[in-house]
Amino acid sequence: MPSINEQLGAYSDLFMLLAAFAYAVGFIAFAWDLAKSNSTIRELEAGLLEAEARQLATVGGPAPVKNAGGSVAAGALVSESMDYVADSGRRKAAKVAVSVAWIGVAIHAAAVVSRAIAAARVPWGNMYEFLTTGAFIVAAVFMVALIRKDLRFMGTFVMLLVTIMLCAATMGFPTPVAHLVPALQSPWLVIHVSIAVLASSLFTITFAMSVLQLVQDGRQKRLAAGGQDKLAFMRLVPSAVALENAAYRVNTVAFVMWTFTVMAGAVWAEAAWGRYWGWDTKEVWSFVIWVVYAGYLHARATRGWTGARSAWLCIIGYLCIIFNFTVVNLYFNGLHSYAGV
Amino acid sequence: MVKKNAVKSADVAVPALGPLGMLRWAWTQLTSMRTALFLLLLLAVAAVPGSLFPQRAVNPEQVTQYLANNPGLGEWLDRFQLFDVYSSAWFSAVYLLLFISLIGCVIPRARKHAKALRTPPPRTPTRLSRLPVHGALALPAEDDGGPSAAAAVQRAAELLKKRGYRVEARPDGPAPSVGAERGYLREIGNLVFHVSLIGVLGSVAIGGMFGYSGQRLLVEGESFVNTLVSYDSFSPGTNFSEDSLVPFSIGLDKFEVEFDRESTTHFGQPIDFTASVTTTDKPGAEAHRTELKVNHPVRIGGAAVYLVGNGYAPVVTVRDGNGDVAFQGPVVGVPQDGAYTSLVVIKVPDARPDQLGFVGFFLPTAVMGEDGVSFSADPSATIPQLNLNSYYGDLGLDAGDPQNVYVLDPSTLTELNNRNLDAGGIVLDAGESYDLPEGKGSISFDGLKRYVALDVRHDPGKAPVAVFAALALLGLGVSLFVPRRRAWIKVVEAGGPVGTGDAGGRIIEYGLLARGEDPRLVAEAAELRTLLEREWPGMVRERV
Repeated sequence: MPSINEQLGAYSDLFMLLAAFAYAVGFIAFAWDLAKSNSTIRELEAGLLEAEARQLATVGGPAPVKNAGGSVAAGALVSESMDYVADSGRRKAAKVAVSVAWIGVAIHAAAVVSRAIAAARVPWGNMYEFLTTGAFIVAAVFMVALIRKDLRFMGTFVMLLVTIMLCAATMGFPTPVAHLVPALQSPWLVIHVSIAVLASSLFTITFAMSVLQLVQDGRQKRLAAGGQDKLAFMRLVPSAVALENAAYRVNTVAFVMWTFTVMAGAVWAEAAWGRYWGWDTKEVWSFVIWVVYAGYLHARATRGWTGARSAWLCIIGYLCIIFNFTVVNLYFNGLHSYAGV
Repeated sequence: MVKKNAVKSADVAVPALGPLGMLRWAWTQLTSMRTALFLLLLLAVAAVPGSLFPQRAVNPEQVTQYLANNPGLGEWLDRFQLFDVYSSAWFSAVYLLLFISLIGCVIPRARKHAKALRTPPPRTPTRLSRLPVHGALALPAEDDGGPSAAAAVQRAAELLKKRGYRVEARPDGPAPSVGAERGYLREIGNLVFHVSLIGVLGSVAIGGMFGYSGQRLLVEGESFVNTLVSYDSFSPGTNFSEDSLVPFSIGLDKFEVEFDRESTTHFGQPIDFTASVTTTDKPGAEAHRTELKVNHPVRIGGAAVYLVGNGYAPVVTVRDGNGDVAFQGPVVGVPQDGAYTSLVVIKVPDARPDQLGFVGFFLPTAVMGEDGVSFSADPSATIPQLNLNSYYGDLGLDAGDPQNVYVLDPSTLTELNNRNLDAGGIVLDAGESYDLPEGKGSISFDGLKRYVALDVRHDPGKAPVAVFAALALLGLGVSLFVPRRRAWIKVVEAGGPVGTGDAGGRIIEYGLLARGEDPRLVAEAAELRTLLEREWPGMVRERV
């Protein structure tokens, strides 16, 4: 068995803290972007109007569609398909936030990789490692998606989540680098847990989308009823329907991954414990999560269950994941007791 | 929805349903999507209590403990089968209803899809511009070397076919067109997924009926044969027959444990367990030597042997009051902590004139604590020591009632050795011997062995579960990610349908319709457009 490099492990811990710090700064910058959304929106609208005026001057076509408030339709600020639009670049705070987040991801990657090298194995053998690697996947998936799609409206949310995840890991479950206990020495650790981390990360992202969807849904209803727009910054967020569709797409991928996680877990359980399914507390909750998200997918095809209701199902599913990771690991007796705390 | 309202508004005239009608109504309700969704969510909720209360199927001792600690509440919980959630009537009711609902949904869908597979793509809509995704391009006139309308439609059909569509060219009539549909696999994947779930459930049932599991402790040097009498405990399936026990044998030659000696934070944590075993497939057959490890069971005779526990077994010799050897051999110590402080119980019913009993701890690395009580400082056997209390009298074994071998009931016994007595407790280092007070006999600590706890399991449902699970995963992927869409391409005269004599030029119209989720429909339309443009270059871009 290759030996543990405790020195490198200590560096990894330091990198984790630095990454958490970078994410915290990213969070503040993203939040700043939203906070000054009023002026941003004004600027964007000014830009749009100017562009239209130029177009009108040259083409002389029909007047642009305007809403009751006299400003350009909200759809023009952010694309419903979450693509970057011409004026996306004007959000300076968001630009800073994205750069800082990239630095955070880079440091975080170094932390995860150095942890893996220090332990000479995959870096997900206990809660600390699962959480730090999971947070990395969340951040990385978000940043990579950001290249193609304008998901900056989720930045505040995602940065806050990964900061919390890293802080929870370093403060709540600090675990020095060590060898794996025999039960975890299996190639299934690589397969089962990596897909579980990935699925959980995607569910984290859809959770954020579903929460925003509910907020946006409430705001749209209030506006439709002629109410005041108390959450003006939500104009930088796509419509509830667009959020719902995007969350559904990501959830289908995550659901297939979760199905695979449960199945791979069953194969591993057969080799390690002699049975593929034994209603261990962790298995119970993985099953509950699977069924809740299966319900979510079915809700999409059930009349009266789309919209806010399906968002709630997505949120409940994610709360089950959190519960499965924290309470089940720490307080329930079970075979998955590898918390290392 | 409309139907329901219609019935409601006409409720005066509704005739009695009758028993058959009631059944049909119940069936329709059960197989509706809304009910399926409700049952799914109910299943999730129903599974939760199984993680809150100890389960007999998982850990029967914990249930006994819970019942002892909470006598009143426990009895009520037991009445509602909360200690047997996953075999309870209510949990079974939920999943059986769900599966009936599923079957009731799958059968008509399969029939419908079988029909759809045999029918050509749907007729071309009159106005493609009404479809959610559509477009149009100008087709070069036949004078300019453009194709005839019929040829263009044929060519479009070929292009669509190459993209995996099932096509039907309709070259005749005033507006020649091609109808196409693809992604029939999506529905098949959906059906495969749901049918596979039924398969998984059935296979689990088969495993529960014909499988078995047995537990056995094996000390180094011992071996056992796979027969009922060999097991310390045995749980047969409901339809288990003893004939399914293949008489293979397993002997434990050596058991080695490696502890972490490098890390400061995890010092003494086990990092490897290896059991060297000798197996024979049947009595008299050739012996094989192999290794049994955690995560690496030994598969033999249709069963699998798992390493589920281990510990120390100190070898002791007990002589009775008459000076005869009343017991000799290894005694299994039950580890209580990470340092392998092991509970030891020795019952010597053959001792004469009085039966003898010993209770205490085996300490692999004995260190004297500040309070004068020894404890084990390390899991390795560096300073092995036995710390025992002793008793004499009637062990209560003669009546033939079964007893827990790890518990000594002192109620009918007289204490001989204890820290609090004048005689003190028995402390034995390796190789030492001790004479019991009052000439009751002696005990010696002769040597040390290790033992393993083995779990032997046979589950004939395992392979089919694996197959159905793999099919389910495949079906799920296909049903979620293969898009089902319809496409139509039509040639029209700009002024009106072909052949009306209008000289407005010809236009190719295309329209696409998603059936189910299809985020890439727009991209597909764009690719179709590119293909058409490449086919007939020189076409003027024009969107209708």
